[in-house]
Amino acid sequence: MRILALLLAFLAGPALSQGFAGLGTQAEGFAVPARDPVFDFPADHGAHPAYRIEWWYLTATLTGEDGQDYGVQWTLFRSALAPRTAPGWEAPQLWMGHAGLTTATQHFSAERLGRGGIGQAGVTAMPFEAWIDDWSMRSTARTGEDALSALSLTARGGEFSYALDLNATGPLVFHGDEGYSVKSAEGQASYYYSQPFYEVTGTLSLPGGEVAVTGNAWLDREWSSQPLSESQDGWDWFSLQFADGARMMGFGLRDRAGGVFTSATWIAPDGTETAYGDGALRLTPLALTEVAGRDVPTEWQVELPARGVDIVTRPLNPRSWMNTSFAYWEGPIRFEGSHAGRGYLEMTGYE
Amino acid sequence: MVGTAVSSLFSHWRRNPLQLAMLWLGLALATALWSGVQAINAEARTSYAEAAAALGQDSLSRLVAQDGGAVPIRDYLALRRAGYLVSPVITGEIRDEAGRLRIIGIDPLTAPQEAGAPGLGGNTDLAAFFTAPGLLLMTEATAEGALPAVLPRIVIAEGVPPAAALTDIGTASRLLGQEEPSYLIVAPAQPAGLPPLAEATSLLLVAPETSGDVARLTDSFHLNLTAFGLLSFGVGLFIVHAAIGLAFEQRRATFRTLRALGLPLRSLMIALALEMTLMALIAGGIGIVLGYLVAAALMPGVAATLRGLYGAEVAGGLSFDPQWALSAMGITLLGAGAAAAQAMIRTGRMPLLAPAQPRAWAQASDRAMRRQGLAALAFFGVAVVIGGLGGGLLAGFALLGALLLGAALALPVVLAFALGIFARGARGPFAEWLFADSRQQLPALSLALMALLLALAANVGVSTMVGSFRTTFTGWLDQRLAAELYVSTADEAEGLRLQRFLDDRADAVLPIISAETRLFDLPAEIFGIVDHATYREAWPLLTSAPGAWDAVFAGEAVLVNEQLARRQGLSAGDTVPLAPGLNLPVAGVYSDYGNPSGQAIVGMDLFRTTFPEARADDFAIRVAPEDAPALATALREEFGLPDTAVRNQAQIKRFSLEVFENTFRVTGALNVLTLGVAALALLTSLLTLSSLRLPQVAPVWALGVARGRLARAEVWRLLLLSALTFLLALPVGLVLAWVLLAVVNVEAFGWRLPMQVFPADWLRLLLLALLAAGLAAALPALRLSHMAPARLLQVFSQER
Repeated sequence: MRILALLLAFLAGPALSQGFAGLGTQAEGFAVPARDPVFDFPADHGAHPAYRIEWWYLTATLTGEDGQDYGVQWTLFRSALAPRTAPGWEAPQLWMGHAGLTTATQHFSAERLGRGGIGQAGVTAMPFEAWIDDWSMRSTARTGEDALSALSLTARGGEFSYALDLNATGPLVFHGDEGYSVKSAEGQASYYYSQPFYEVTGTLSLPGGEVAVTGNAWLDREWSSQPLSESQDGWDWFSLQFADGARMMGFGLRDRAGGVFTSATWIAPDGTETAYGDGALRLTPLALTEVAGRDVPTEWQVELPARGVDIVTRPLNPRSWMNTSFAYWEGPIRFEGSHAGRGYLEMTGYE
Repeated sequence: MVGTAVSSLFSHWRRNPLQLAMLWLGLALATALWSGVQAINAEARTSYAEAAAALGQDSLSRLVAQDGGAVPIRDYLALRRAGYLVSPVITGEIRDEAGRLRIIGIDPLTAPQEAGAPGLGGNTDLAAFFTAPGLLLMTEATAEGALPAVLPRIVIAEGVPPAAALTDIGTASRLLGQEEPSYLIVAPAQPAGLPPLAEATSLLLVAPETSGDVARLTDSFHLNLTAFGLLSFGVGLFIVHAAIGLAFEQRRATFRTLRALGLPLRSLMIALALEMTLMALIAGGIGIVLGYLVAAALMPGVAATLRGLYGAEVAGGLSFDPQWALSAMGITLLGAGAAAAQAMIRTGRMPLLAPAQPRAWAQASDRAMRRQGLAALAFFGVAVVIGGLGGGLLAGFALLGALLLGAALALPVVLAFALGIFARGARGPFAEWLFADSRQQLPALSLALMALLLALAANVGVSTMVGSFRTTFTGWLDQRLAAELYVSTADEAEGLRLQRFLDDRADAVLPIISAETRLFDLPAEIFGIVDHATYREAWPLLTSAPGAWDAVFAGEAVLVNEQLARRQGLSAGDTVPLAPGLNLPVAGVYSDYGNPSGQAIVGMDLFRTTFPEARADDFAIRVAPEDAPALATALREEFGLPDTAVRNQAQIKRFSLEVFENTFRVTGALNVLTLGVAALALLTSLLTLSSLRLPQVAPVWALGVARGRLARAEVWRLLLLSALTFLLALPVGLVLAWVLLAVVNVEAFGWRLPMQVFPADWLRLLLLALLAAGLAAALPALRLSHMAPARLLQVFSQER
């Protein structure tokens, strides 16, 4: 079986693929995000099978004991074929794990797929653990604290593995309208919150040996049933860490007609968030890199005039290509300009 | 110039349509039988390859449970959670009155790319595939076959093995009522930094089946078919040779005239080659169509044989492969070329001014006879040497080939010798002339008679083998199926209930319980049996050590079937590793026909402790034979078993014999066809001779022998020659049977059968041969008896 074709088809559902990975398809029978969400933690850290798609998405910018920059990605996607769960082999809920490890010269990626009913993959809210096979994101938080405030993270690919410990130094951050994040002018939306304040220590295993690393990490939690408009085929997503401890999240959703729908959240060092709607953030590609037979913009000018941000981002490795069922670009970046710092960039939908 | 030559050459066929028909028929038949067999083999091999490649069995290792049962889900999950890339498969068969279907349930999410399951692309509704009630993917041929009544929606897909459905593991689990994987596929590349898989699990790591067990097992069957195809092809070429020889002889005058008119020899040869090529192309085309029909007609039988005998699933239909047609055409052209070569060379050497009078073919020269006799002896010598060295399927067939060729070459020598003896005993000038004339005709007839010899020998050989097999098999079934009733239960609870129900109704209830495992690294079955007279008294043991049954029931020894014993060279006392830490000596070897795999029998107590998860769903019931029908009724009506779950001895025997008959139906069909072809070869040769022999016959007629008497003499002569040929064919056929039974069958099926002879069959075959010869002689004889005296007189008047 061409797993690739299969998965492209399965996320797309019976209708032909709409938007990147079928995220723009109709959401019949599934729950749809509504305004003014009231989150219930720790339950909402767990899975929401009534929604079509959900992810636990962690990126880390790291520095090794050797002084080199590294980037790590750990993602668990949930994709529902039907808005229900089932025990045993039947699989209305499919799970997909992606792991990436980026160095200045190399990029490793790995993928795992699984079904939930037999326990090969899943997410439990209490105690919190998201896992697929031997990949795991497990809460190590003390009782009484938010489950996501401390995590232990592992993943393994064909040539690499990593084990990281994460400790949050700030609160959860809710994007858009208190966690209701609008994705298009037509009103497609998702529930979206983050934990952007992790400090990380851990070990990377590379073909050349083990490297002890320290750095920062950012966790995104998002779920929806139709997060993209049908005419949107991809996005460019940035997470940025500034020297003073402030953070910024920004994305642009690209329209087939050439338009871009942007959104940004400014996060003060104490976690206070300010949301910026469509148009406040400006994203301008500066340089293209040919990766996997396509041109991907790997250098960007990012402007958020409301905050005096005007920076240029450069990738640690312009070939940070995730060679997975849905291939995309994901890797650590550094930026200069009005501000300097590190961050992560994700770009999807470049065909 | 060549054009003129070709058109004048072709005028011959216009004037002799019967000859043309013979030529075409011979070539077409030869092509048809050969290519038909090839088509069957190719189709079957494709099926094996598909089955072997299914889920990457030919390239991927597997993990199986030590006891041959299912793999616990917790073991699967433990491996996944340790990081190993293994993928579960649930497979099994569902059957009901309406049909049967093998279900292969895979997990597309974890299946390695190398498993190469067919695409779910495009229009397949994946939500439907992954969620209840699920989808079944199967080929069109499978979907059109007899399937169980209640199935999920069927989607037609290419590349699914025959008679099987590919589906999601969840669907398979529901259909088969089995939660736990049958086995795990192991991805070839495992993630970095993990200890070797074998250290991480107690499951058994099985290497990929590189050649495919099925392909290896069935090889011999296909070699069998190929040998028959080749034999038919050879016999068909005899006809072609005779027809071409006749056409060339009759056209000597035309050739001379063309040459005299100034046609260069080269152009004549080109024209002849063109003519032959065209003939071969037309006849080959007809042959390919016939071959396809033959193959399509035989295919269901072949599929049934392969399934019954080897458990190999082969599509019952036949797909047309242009490559097959091309190769068949190539073989036809080659065959026609070989058959025409002699005539072409003779024409090439013909002196321009040679008398163009047709002559009966070469006189029987003593020198040629001696040469043939020596060649025959040489072939027999080779056969003896091969037989002495022995071993192997190919050696067996080489032995058969040398034997048949030697016999064919010896035939004219033997016939000449016999006719010589008859001639000495002949009374009266007519009889003396008849025998002398017969000897003179031998070289011309010998090719056709050789064809007859081969066909007869093959017939004797194969029917002796099949007959021996049938007798042994029937006797063996009587022993083996000693119980009066056989009952299947749905589950363990019903099985226990059944045993209680039968407590006071039956003399004994013998569970039939087995576990699939591997012995000597090949798939095998181990049975557990309880101590009962049924086994001690009736079970057919070939060899046994003293006290074999006591040792088996005490759990101290094992019985193995003949196949396993032969393959591994086991005899009483040798040790068999049954399971890790369990090695038992062989107490005896039992015959086990109709099953190519290894099998072993141990005592029930040992079986239970070794394979605790195996369940007995089938039971053999001993009861007084006269009470069996009543008990069967009670089981159905009082106990409530479905009709199909209670079978009596006779039903099972009938089914077993059906499998057996199917096995040899194809062989039988080819046998009859070969005999038919040989009869045609005789007819063609006689037609050739009848016109050429007028110069010999006319003087006898002129001396006062009536045409009718001459014609009858012709018929009698051919009957005599055929009978003599049969006499030679008989010993050849018996040796053939012996080789088939003692060499080929042992290799092909793993069992050796005692040879038995069936003189009644021989008599029937002799009559059949005489009938064929009589029919072949009838037409030329009829012609002679009605020949206008003027034509006979012409022989004396023609000055050429």
